[in-house]
Amino acid sequence: MLLLSIILLPTVAGTASYLIRSHRIRRTLWGATATAHLVLSIAAAMPPEAATLGHWIGLDALSAIFLVLTSLLFLGATVYGIGYVAREPVAPQPDVEDGSLFRNEPESVFTGAILLLLATMSLAIVSRHLGLQWVAIEATTLASAPLIYYHQNRRSLEAAWKYLILCSVGIAVALLGIFFILMAMQGEHRDLTLAALLAQAGELNHKWLGIAFIFMLVGYGTKMGLAPLHTWLPDAHSEAPSPVSALLSGALLNCAFLGILRVQQVCTAAGMAAFGGDLLILFGLLSMGLAGVFILRQTDYKRMLAYSSVEHMGILALGVGLGGLGLFGSLLHAVNHSVVKAMLFLTAGNILARFHTKDTTKIQGACGILPISGVLWIAGFLAITGSPPFGTFISEFTILRATVEQGRWVVAGLYSLFLLLIFVGMSAIVLRMALGKPQESRTREPWTTVLSPLVFAAVALLLGVYLPAPLADKLHSAAQLLGGLAK
Amino acid sequence: MDIISILLILSCLLLLGSSRLHVAIRVVAAQGILLGILPLVRSMGDITTGIWILSVTTIVSKGILLPWLMRVCLRNSDIDREIEPFIGFGSSLIYGIGLLALAVWVTVRMELTQSEVPAVLMISSFFLIFVGLFIMVTRRKAITQSLAYLVMENGVYGVGVGMSLDFPFVVELGILLDVCVGVFLMGNLLFHLDREFEHMDVDKLTELSDVAESAAATTGEEIA
Repeated sequence: MLLLSIILLPTVAGTASYLIRSHRIRRTLWGATATAHLVLSIAAAMPPEAATLGHWIGLDALSAIFLVLTSLLFLGATVYGIGYVAREPVAPQPDVEDGSLFRNEPESVFTGAILLLLATMSLAIVSRHLGLQWVAIEATTLASAPLIYYHQNRRSLEAAWKYLILCSVGIAVALLGIFFILMAMQGEHRDLTLAALLAQAGELNHKWLGIAFIFMLVGYGTKMGLAPLHTWLPDAHSEAPSPVSALLSGALLNCAFLGILRVQQVCTAAGMAAFGGDLLILFGLLSMGLAGVFILRQTDYKRMLAYSSVEHMGILALGVGLGGLGLFGSLLHAVNHSVVKAMLFLTAGNILARFHTKDTTKIQGACGILPISGVLWIAGFLAITGSPPFGTFISEFTILRATVEQGRWVVAGLYSLFLLLIFVGMSAIVLRMALGKPQESRTREPWTTVLSPLVFAAVALLLGVYLPAPLADKLHSAAQLLGGLAK
Repeated sequence: MDIISILLILSCLLLLGSSRLHVAIRVVAAQGILLGILPLVRSMGDITTGIWILSVTTIVSKGILLPWLMRVCLRNSDIDREIEPFIGFGSSLIYGIGLLALAVWVTVRMELTQSEVPAVLMISSFFLIFVGLFIMVTRRKAITQSLAYLVMENGVYGVGVGMSLDFPFVVELGILLDVCVGVFLMGNLLFHLDREFEHMDVDKLTELSDVAESAAATTGEEIA
């Protein structure tokens, strides 16, 4: 029941949002749904044993982590987002870049879509049937496309179009992969539930499973933003309103990642962990390197954050590909990255709202003008590049240890090189923006715009110095599900 | 079933060689209806209620509803023809023959020992996927891209029907619903594209790019 309510609650609230005309009631509903969803998710994730509802829906350690993470991020984006939509003008406004007039999407459409995004993400996380999971992941694309097109101007239209076409095509490829998994099952009774797949993993045909893995990696990899399939990502994540960017980067990419993790879980059970692992390492390093190159020459800070998401998705893929210790590192890094990236996008939203430009060269002295956001911007930069004492340092270091332990010196070298490259590239951009002589007077920041990023920053810091026992347990058992070592 | 497969292959060749968008929409509608009949033929008399529902919803959505939506988009935008594709219509047909050979090769390489998987259907389904992707990268109009997505999705559906009748029918309906909502959203964006850019050429969508100097030349590939 708990699991069902996690999906149904935002679905009902989202559908109702399209119909409610009063702004106050709709915003209250949005806030209440987000809060209730987090409470329900924590309640569902707390018990150590896996909860199931039939064979199709269930919550194991792996999905429990992602569910709570998604719900937490959504609540943060909600606190920020309600204030955000309330401040947006109803009348047509000039575009910050080319000056043409545009009008925002109706607020009811925006609220409805964002709640449906929560519903579809929850379904994608809890589904234990590969077909159902596919339906849910494709539905997340559909729910988020109207969110990207909230500011109805030319650039967001282009971004939404590319997003919709590319992700739909990518995910169609993943569906082919799922059909191939059916072909890999030899028996009379062919069933795509995870339980059935894991139970008869030993009898799966390796040739078909290999083909299926490649198709699903390419398909879900498109949605996850792995290079070279990432081309839609910088557009979509930079043109979306900031609370949406935070959700897209922090929560939605994880859902696609979970899709890949599930098929890797089946491959591991079938004794093909190394086959999938090598491909994941390749895609991971490629994503990190490509993101590094584009961050170095970036002049738009939201695009810089989007490329940083490509980089971190690469790190996640790399960690899972390594296996063993890397699995734990990768899952911990998924948690760290989501929190930090959401905080950075929300802070970027504050900077954009104050300076009305995304051009990094036109901003300086942000620390003086926006005291809280300016400091958060620097803290976020340190966190996302994996500097101590933030949690990202520990997870990135764990993955580095995994490469060294396995004697993969080339991987370790490239991994460190790319991390260094991105550190240098981002420091140049971020420090120039944050420091320097303020050209304008200091501005007071409304509490809704700084509360969520402050909380996320605190969580990122906390994860660096102390890993709470329940989370550590979940991470260890999730890594074990994927074939990692016991504690 | 062989007849349906061959008709699907012919419909793709028609798509590749025709510049008129009205014709293209009608061809895609015909594909939708053919694919709707497919599960009925495939189950060889042993037709359950689930198969009936699936078949009827496929025909209604892919054969009637979505083509109607595309026609509305077309009427609103005063365009009728695909002009100056990146690869001409004649050459497209020759490439099409190559893609067909590729589809045959893929099917043969799959070594379908399980006799219940019909090879001809596999060939035509893979051909649909390849043609969908090919059209998506070589044509300029945004509306053609959404049609190409439908063609490709039709191919995936064909592979699904060919490989497995025991795919749960709730999931099949979910997939169908996703595709419909997706194309519906594309149609909605098409209206806006038309208004904002006063055209529906995807190669003009180059405001967002980090590879500015080569953007004009490579947008086709980027969008692919």
